[in-house]
Amino acid sequence: MSKGRFGVHGGQYIPETLMNAVCELEDAYNKYKNDPQFNEELTVLLNEYAGRPSRLYYAEKMTKDLGGAKIYLKREDLNHTGAHKINNVLGQVLLAKKMGKTRIIAETGAGQHGVAAATAAALFGMECEIFMGKEDTVRQALNVYKMRLLGAKVNAVESGTATLKDAVNECMREWTTRISDTHYVLGSVMGPHPFPTIVRDFQAVISKEIKQQLMEKEGRLPDAVVACVGGGSNAIGAFYNFIEDKSVRLIGCEAAGRGIDTFETAATIATGKLGIFHGMKSYFCQDEYGQIAPVYSISAGLDYPGVGPEHANLHDIGRAEYVPVTDDEAVEAFEYLSRTEGIIPAIESAHAVAHVLKLAPTMDKDKIIVVNISGRGDKDCAAIARYRGENITE
Amino acid sequence: MNIKDAFINRKAFISFITCGDPTLETTEKLLPIMEENGVDLIELGIPFSDPTAEGPVIQEANIRALSGGVTTDKIFDMVRRVRPKVHVPLVFMTYANVVFSYGIERFAKTCSEIGINGIILPDVPFEEKHEFSDIFDNMGVEFISLVAPTSDDRTVMIAEQAKGFVYCVSSLGVTGTRADISDSISGIVEQVKRTSSVPAAVGFGISTPEQAAHIAQYADGIIIGSAIVKLIAKHGEQSETAVGEFCSGIRRALSAVSD
Repeated sequence: MSKGRFGVHGGQYIPETLMNAVCELEDAYNKYKNDPQFNEELTVLLNEYAGRPSRLYYAEKMTKDLGGAKIYLKREDLNHTGAHKINNVLGQVLLAKKMGKTRIIAETGAGQHGVAAATAAALFGMECEIFMGKEDTVRQALNVYKMRLLGAKVNAVESGTATLKDAVNECMREWTTRISDTHYVLGSVMGPHPFPTIVRDFQAVISKEIKQQLMEKEGRLPDAVVACVGGGSNAIGAFYNFIEDKSVRLIGCEAAGRGIDTFETAATIATGKLGIFHGMKSYFCQDEYGQIAPVYSISAGLDYPGVGPEHANLHDIGRAEYVPVTDDEAVEAFEYLSRTEGIIPAIESAHAVAHVLKLAPTMDKDKIIVVNISGRGDKDCAAIARYRGENITE
Repeated sequence: MNIKDAFINRKAFISFITCGDPTLETTEKLLPIMEENGVDLIELGIPFSDPTAEGPVIQEANIRALSGGVTTDKIFDMVRRVRPKVHVPLVFMTYANVVFSYGIERFAKTCSEIGINGIILPDVPFEEKHEFSDIFDNMGVEFISLVAPTSDDRTVMIAEQAKGFVYCVSSLGVTGTRADISDSISGIVEQVKRTSSVPAAVGFGISTPEQAAHIAQYADGIIIGSAIVKLIAKHGEQSETAVGEFCSGIRRALSAVSD
């Protein structure tokens, strides 16, 4: 029986060699997810180590400047390691430790998940290997250094397009080679069951906090929650506890790269079709024969040809909307938030900010938008400077 | 000829080749050569952009084939042309998305029309197989299952429902030649033979006549891929002699076991 379905999406399309590993992971997760001691340990880690709860900040200047809906920023960029990725990593590495694993492997795009994984490995005293597309190791050289500093081995992946998709391929290959002592810390709500569910549950803390914090500040639910979507982990985290609240619009912002009418795009829901890849059925950018398309975005973290199966289903049933945001729009939003609020967002998160710049003025002043600032933008400054024709050295 | 006929009276030699590496004309020429040199069943790889079960050798073959412009339809046409000249069973090996995007029904129907006997999809495990196997079964194309060294308690469940032959993965990891192949798979092969009504063939890592003969002592057949693909990488469009000699060497080693 196929497991882990979100509508038609999800499942476990992986080699037989890995099946017992994912079954073992599912059993362990089911055992620990409601275990009070496990949850207590995780809460302490999230609060004392990662710095949760993250702030829900009223962006007053941005709100006034745009002249429409009230805008709140969920500050995942303030977490330890600078992004939401730590939420999932602490959960998975704690789980791996309970399972008796001594080594973790992880893919990374922008390097945020790799840094978070290397951090948790350092904290838990585990061996760590990171797989990162060669292209991304160049775009995100600072994060490569950080991972090494934290004690991880970083493997630059040269196969295929040498980006996030190829890093995932190589991680899957590595996992089939060494399973018994190794846990694959998948970084997004993708891959075979149970990963999309596990990662979502560990990221759902974002929407749980937004709900409580906004209730304290405004006494009500938001009208819209906006987040960027690559694989979709920060977005599902920001959406999850609002899925049943039908009045809340859920908006995912995909990386359109140079535009959805060009080949240089990573907007999966806008341009992809149903397929099977990386262990799951979902939407993928692909050609007419099912060959996975080389995708492009300025953002290494969104430069992925697929999307998590739960997002694909939220799209199918019309519960969430997915909009494309171009490189140009994201870079403008990156600069806008920096100069308006003094907050430098990750270029990934800037895709969500870019949509809010369009959306907020169309909404009444008594409406509320929450935008998830999934990570901070220090890592992107050099690349954005280059995008603007300024060659700075770090 | 059916898949089971490949295993009659002798240890089966199953070869693998990536279609269109480096050209489809090369593949078309090599298929009869393999048969003449003692191959009993041929796996035809349809290249995929992201072959996650493959090691570097077959990954590179996929890249060579795809950059040469090979498509699923062109491979179907090649099989249609070559089928009258090749008598051994032919099975496709590719990835789920290649079949899914073509339309499972349409893909299976075409296989049946052009004389393909089976299909291997390494990223479709037991739990997901019905979406594919029900349709292929209806078209008379056998959906081949894999067992791995990590299958443990799953082996019996997989073997009981197996069609064609059971592909026993010799080692952890991805495809590619290995200097040492552990005999830990022998227990799994025995278990498969006890539970399954179809033969058990071992693949992943085998490259020499000695390894082939050793594994054939307990397996019904052996599968060789990367070693052949390496020869094609070296000799390109002029691979017939090298591939022919390699195959006959393996055949001789296997025949010694059958005696």
